[in-house]
Amino acid sequence: MIFQNLDISHYIYLSTVLFSIGLFGVLFRRNAIVLLMCIELMLNAVNLLFTALSTYMGDADGQIFVFFIMVVAAAEAAVGLAILVMVYRNTRKTDVSFLDQLKG
Amino acid sequence: MILIFLPVLASIIFALFGRKFNQWIAFVFAAIPMIFAVNLFYKSGPGSSFLLNTLADLPWLSQNFRFTLGYDGLTGMLLLLTNGLLPLIVLTGIKDDENRVRNTALALAMQGALNGVFMARDGLMFYIFWELALLPIYFITLSMKHGNAFKITLRFFLFTFIGSLAMLASLMYIVIFKTNFSFAYSDILAANYTLNESIWLGGGFLMAFAVKIPIIPFHSWQADTYTHSPSVGSMLLSAIMLKMGLYGLIRWYLPVFPESIEYYKPIVLSLSVAGVLYGAIIALRQQDLKRLIAFSSLSHVGLIAAGIFTLSATGLEGAVLQMIVHGINVFGLFLAIEIIETHTGSRNLVDLGGLAKNNRWFTIAFVVMALGAAAVPLTNGFPGEFLLLKSIFDERATLAVIAGITIILGAAYMLRMLQFSLFGEGDGVIKSLNLGQLISLVVVVFFVLFLGLFPQVILDSVQLSINSIIEMIKAKGVLS
Amino acid sequence: MSIIILLPLLGFLVSGIVGKYLPKQVVGLISTAAVVLSFAFALHMFLEKSILGEAVSQKWFTFLQVGGLQIDVAFTFDRLSGWMTLIITGIGSLIHLYSMGYMKEDEGYYKFFAYLNLFVFNMLLLVLGSNFIMLFFGWEGVGLCSYLLIGFWYKNLNYGKAARKAFVMNRIGDLGLLLGLFLIFKEFKSFDYTIVFDQIAAGNTPAHVLTAIALLLFVGAMGKSAQIPLYTWLPDAMAGPTPVSALIHAATMVTAGVYLVVRSQALYFQTALASDVIMWVGLATSLMAALIGLKQNDIKKVLAYSTVSQLGLMFVALGCGAYTAAMFHLTTHAFFKALLFLGSGSVIHGMHHEQDIRKMGGLKSKMPITYFTFLIGTLAITGFPFLSGFFSKDEILLHAFSHSPLVWGLSLISASITGFYMFRMFFVTFHGKYRNTHYPLEKVHESPITMTLPLLILAVLSVLGGLLNLPHYFGHNVAGAFSSYLAPMYKFAEHSPEVSASTEWLLLAAAVSVFIIAFVAMRMKYISKNSVPEEDDSMSGLGKVLANKFYVDEIYDAGVVAPIEIAGTVTDGLVDDIAIKGITDSIGKSPNWISSLLSRVQNGNIEYYLIYMVIAVSILLAINLF
Repeated sequence: MIFQNLDISHYIYLSTVLFSIGLFGVLFRRNAIVLLMCIELMLNAVNLLFTALSTYMGDADGQIFVFFIMVVAAAEAAVGLAILVMVYRNTRKTDVSFLDQLKG
Repeated sequence: MILIFLPVLASIIFALFGRKFNQWIAFVFAAIPMIFAVNLFYKSGPGSSFLLNTLADLPWLSQNFRFTLGYDGLTGMLLLLTNGLLPLIVLTGIKDDENRVRNTALALAMQGALNGVFMARDGLMFYIFWELALLPIYFITLSMKHGNAFKITLRFFLFTFIGSLAMLASLMYIVIFKTNFSFAYSDILAANYTLNESIWLGGGFLMAFAVKIPIIPFHSWQADTYTHSPSVGSMLLSAIMLKMGLYGLIRWYLPVFPESIEYYKPIVLSLSVAGVLYGAIIALRQQDLKRLIAFSSLSHVGLIAAGIFTLSATGLEGAVLQMIVHGINVFGLFLAIEIIETHTGSRNLVDLGGLAKNNRWFTIAFVVMALGAAAVPLTNGFPGEFLLLKSIFDERATLAVIAGITIILGAAYMLRMLQFSLFGEGDGVIKSLNLGQLISLVVVVFFVLFLGLFPQVILDSVQLSINSIIEMIKAKGVLS
Repeated sequence: MSIIILLPLLGFLVSGIVGKYLPKQVVGLISTAAVVLSFAFALHMFLEKSILGEAVSQKWFTFLQVGGLQIDVAFTFDRLSGWMTLIITGIGSLIHLYSMGYMKEDEGYYKFFAYLNLFVFNMLLLVLGSNFIMLFFGWEGVGLCSYLLIGFWYKNLNYGKAARKAFVMNRIGDLGLLLGLFLIFKEFKSFDYTIVFDQIAAGNTPAHVLTAIALLLFVGAMGKSAQIPLYTWLPDAMAGPTPVSALIHAATMVTAGVYLVVRSQALYFQTALASDVIMWVGLATSLMAALIGLKQNDIKKVLAYSTVSQLGLMFVALGCGAYTAAMFHLTTHAFFKALLFLGSGSVIHGMHHEQDIRKMGGLKSKMPITYFTFLIGTLAITGFPFLSGFFSKDEILLHAFSHSPLVWGLSLISASITGFYMFRMFFVTFHGKYRNTHYPLEKVHESPITMTLPLLILAVLSVLGGLLNLPHYFGHNVAGAFSSYLAPMYKFAEHSPEVSASTEWLLLAAAVSVFIIAFVAMRMKYISKNSVPEEDDSMSGLGKVLANKFYVDEIYDAGVVAPIEIAGTVTDGLVDDIAIKGITDSIGKSPNWISSLLSRVQNGNIEYYLIYMVIAVSILLAINLF
């Protein structure tokens, strides 16, 4: 019942809020693990939006994208965490602002 | 062809075996092209038309990119100047130090490139030789003994190079959009340019020439480069190289982009005339002889550029005459300074004085050359300056008044130079000169006096070329 | 005619090139012979042609030919240029002769004669040239020789400075002249005298153009003939050896301006404005120089200011339209001023290079010939009746009076001051007690014959010069010979002064009386009272101002020279080094700035990259949405 009362705009608001939380996390947190989690959050916010819109429009394409994204996110998390572990082993830190050796 | 490749060959030989040779061999190397230049001049004389007088026309990269050399009186005069002065320059301008072989080889290479610039009848070749001439002089100036050597030469290089790039850009545009991938002078000449194209493309060429001449405000590379370069660098730059810019103006700018002349004329005229005054005023206060000559040179070429832009026969012929004369005189003056510096160890007016009492032949030569530069009648400086001032006067009297002040200031700074170097008390001594210096001074003094009496010799040779250039400008409907 | 011109050139080449290796006497003889021969040929030509009114023209070769412009090296020996040639080579010969004695001990002997010959050559170019460009050649050439000769003793920096001042000031005038020439060509399409003056005489030229040309040419004349404001170089030019002062700075070169105006009579006759300017400038110069001359103590400086003053008088005559009177005064002035300079040279020689008249006195007995000839020169210049200066000056005064009595009055004042300073100098130098403590009177000696002979000849000329152009009251058979000689040279007939006989006698009486007043006053002061000009320190008031030449040099230094020098320093240091080099360099360095700016963006920190990304995406979004 409650779900019936939710129209599409609520989903959009929710996913926007989630995305923004993720975005600000990415921008302003320094801990690499939190960063990764924030990226996951952003991805999931997008997923939510895709799903909601897919249902709303009666089109399955959006949900197919969601699966892709989930796969990519999983891969990314795996690779990202692996890198993080390596970084941590080398520097004993998970602080990204410390990682500026690539500057030009 | 020979004029271009012989010096280059000589340069390579000298670079390889130069250690075993002395400067007299370089002199001979540099003098051989002079024989060809004289022969060319003798055979063709004033020449008829640059477009018709072909010295070489070979397919090069493709049928469109050809190796084309042309000849007329203007080219002939400049070839004579270049090949006449170079033997003397390699003989007298190069010190016997660790850079001797290198600088001689570079000067010889430059001879080839300069000859190329003056003969090229193909846009691409002109550009290539133009740049080729820049490279040796860059390395020669780089051998200066000065803490800021790199900075000074870099400034020089960047200035000229940026100018050249502007020219290259214009050239590319012309070739791609206008002449159907032909670099030939005749095609570039024949293409139709809209007013806007003319202004932009002409501006590109003008930029390259203005930097090399130099017209203010593009001159700031000049003084330091002249001052600190080894003499060979100062001589090459001032006596011959800046003639490239003036030559380019006459040959590659005026007839090709006459539509834009009206647009640039007021700017260039006023800038050049300003340069005349500007250089003279600064020269008045210099203590360093070379720097003094550098600024006086700025003043002189300003007058030449202004004369060219009057587009009158008087102005253009006066300009060519003055180009030759300035080349001879400025070489002589730099040589005199070189002599003073090697004998007294200084070229600063504060340290000098009283040189007249030791060597009167040197004194006479120095005085005569300085008077030539100050345009006293019966020396070669006068007829050219007279024609130039007259053409400017006919163009706009007020400009001539301003430019005419150079007559006063020119006398003032030249006499000041003589006063504090030759006259007064001082303990500097000029001992006997070596043979090369003696020959060079005699040659210069001879031409100072000879051209002072018979400037018509040069004017006769360039009259036809100048007239045909004026015809070309008229043919495009400008300058009715 | 070529030979007249070429002989001095030949003399210059010989004495200049091989002179160092020849004995001094030989060099002197060669150079002197060159000028004397040149004089002989000129005289021959003068008697043969000019007297009969024939002009000889000769073209050597074409100097320049561009477009419609053609300049020939060509010469004309007509009545005017012939007369000038006679003066130049004649007085030149005497001065060469004199120099053989005067410069005997100088190490630069051969050089001196070479320069003198070169000068004569250039001066001949100036007067004999048959177009304005040849005139300009000679014009600059004599300036150059003047420079070389003023700075002859080159080891002295002050002399060098005086030489440069002379040359540069002359060049200021030359610029005016050159611009005038350009304007002439623009208007008449030729530089040739005949063509130009014919067109001017035809009267089709707009008046303002003529006035402009006339004034520009006069600027040139100002420089060469030392008129206000370009006169200060002439007194300084006395740094040169005395024969030079006599030849160049009294008799010949400085009169080139007068020659130019007389030559261009057709032009000046038609331009009242320019003529007035000439007259007032001449008058002002004449008065000012005369006043300064009153307080100078250097024997040559007095003569120099006197020369400036007399030149001013000639320009007054020119401005009044009395061209013959000016030429007449030019001639007599050449005689007596050369005489005076050579006399002063003889004094300086006898006193072993002492030039201060306060250190002289009583030289009369020691140097009788010099004394006697100097007396004649002084009387001639001050207008003692029936000497040459009397006639020529009175002719000018007469014309001035008929022009305007005011001009006459002022000219007369100037002429009377001449009497004051000349007698002052004369009495102080030759009468009274000997006052030099460093150089005993016994050593003072008369000069050798090579020096006194020219003095004697010039003295005779100074006495008899007036015969050339006697005023009409001597009867029409003998009077006005010079006027009728020059008359055919003018495109427009000269006005003769319209003054009644009684007025004329009054004028004469006035002129004679100022002479007498000057003579008596100075005699009382310097002989009867035996006073000596005061030392420099004790001067005050007007005297000090005069002794310091109205501070004109200081004013020029502060007003013209210093600003230019400051401009030079400022342009070099500030504009060229900082502004232009700064601007161009900063353009050159701009890639550096940009790159360092951009490289700061790439700091390697991932957070910043993310922020850039977000910002960029936002911007893209914004662009897309709006």
